[in-house]
Amino acid sequence: MAEVKFEDALAKLEEIVRKMEQGELTLDESLASFEEGIRLSRLCAGKLDEAERRIEILLKQEGGTDARPFNPEPEGDDQ
Amino acid sequence: MTLFPSREVLTVTGLTRQVQDVLEAAFDQLWVEGEISNLRRPASGHLYFTLKDEESQVRAVLFRPVARSLRFDPEDGMRIVCRARINVYKPRGEYQLILDYAEPRGAGALQVAFEQLKARLQAEGLFDPGHKKPLPFLPSRIGVVTSPSGAVIRDILNITKRRFPSVNVLVAPVRVQGVEAPGEIVDALRLLNEAPGVDVIIVARGGGSLEDLMAFNDEGVARAIFASRIPVVSAVGHEIDFTIADFVADMRAPTPSAAAELVVPSRSDLLQQIRALHDRAVHAGARALRVRRERLETLAERVRDPRRRLVDLRLLVDDRLGGLTASLVRRLRAERETLRRLETHLQYLNPARRLQTLTFALENMRKSMITGIFRQVEGLRERLAGRTALLDSLSPLSVLARGYAIARTVPGGRVIRNARDLSAGNLVGINVAKGRFNAVVTTIEEE
Repeated sequence: MAEVKFEDALAKLEEIVRKMEQGELTLDESLASFEEGIRLSRLCAGKLDEAERRIEILLKQEGGTDARPFNPEPEGDDQ
Repeated sequence: MTLFPSREVLTVTGLTRQVQDVLEAAFDQLWVEGEISNLRRPASGHLYFTLKDEESQVRAVLFRPVARSLRFDPEDGMRIVCRARINVYKPRGEYQLILDYAEPRGAGALQVAFEQLKARLQAEGLFDPGHKKPLPFLPSRIGVVTSPSGAVIRDILNITKRRFPSVNVLVAPVRVQGVEAPGEIVDALRLLNEAPGVDVIIVARGGGSLEDLMAFNDEGVARAIFASRIPVVSAVGHEIDFTIADFVADMRAPTPSAAAELVVPSRSDLLQQIRALHDRAVHAGARALRVRRERLETLAERVRDPRRRLVDLRLLVDDRLGGLTASLVRRLRAERETLRRLETHLQYLNPARRLQTLTFALENMRKSMITGIFRQVEGLRERLAGRTALLDSLSPLSVLARGYAIARTVPGGRVIRNARDLSAGNLVGINVAKGRFNAVVTTIEEE
């Protein structure tokens, strides 16, 4: 993940859209905000696609613990 | 007597010591369940009571440090399970249980213990809202403290997957009930706090009886949750079950599934939100352009206007001019009227007529003046004639003519009216009717 956190980018996007909708920006600001807003919305959407799911379980080892991939045993009555 | 030829006689103390050795060795550590009765609390702070069941009873002691470490207050009638050893009290030849741990047994007693622990931790500030940490908006790795088998972990994995497919989960497997459970949960919390990337922890267990949930009412577990620097969401039992862990946790979820929903935002909701924001940005951007274009058009229109405005102005001027002319005409007419009225008045006041009158009066006055003057001259003439005659009669000349003389001093010329004013030898001047002469006084005769 990049340094920008998803929620920060989202909050910034909301702020930009709110300012744009208030209509008090100059045209230049408005255009710059628009570009920034589109960039942020792509960034946010991208972040949602980024990571790959990993399910792990902590296993006690000699001298510490280790994380291993985990698959809960399926139970017939629940599946 | 022959039955016991080599009889061995023990002292009471000896017997008691043997009993003590046997009993204390055999019952070094045991678990006993029973009901408390005849509870006494002497000033020492130790607790003495009888532990009994339907058929038997045994004396029991809870020394003060142990009594204070209990998470409940023993009371008469309370059923407890305790860990103890047997002690033989030699002076009395009695044996009793020395307890080093006790826990209440039965719903009522558990509830009491629960309330007591809850009150204590609350007073200590473990439930303080100010201490609660916010959950991350989008966790990068979720730590889950629960049983690795069973419905709970599967529910959590299913829901996190459904809401946000790419979210990472690290399971810290623990037993969720039994004596070992609290210690394992405490360890798991510590390990997850050390594991890289974990930014939220779910502590979960499915539903069960109050006894089943005991591990989550454990003081050690409560303190471990409080100590966690990573926010902890508790999800223990069913929605109606509240455990101490729920009160200490940064957030309480009614069920493990709900915890998963609390911790993981819905990816589709987020996507929708982003899409909505994107659309709003596009609209706002378009509107910013449209508004400006419209304003520009309005302004452009106004830039073309002067000619039209000129026409307007012309019409306006014309209109005003018309009005002005009309008002001028009106005014002229009015003033002409005024003038005419003044002329009439002036005519009335014409001095010619008065002049005529005055001329006539002047003529009269002139006539009467002339008449008057004549009359006055006549009168004066008459008066002058009269006076002249009178003057003639009074004139010294006429007196002198009648022979009188006037003597005067010389020099001085004063008229001499008394002889005593003179001395002999004085020169006097004498006027007579015709001429004058000087004479010398010779004698004076006084009358």
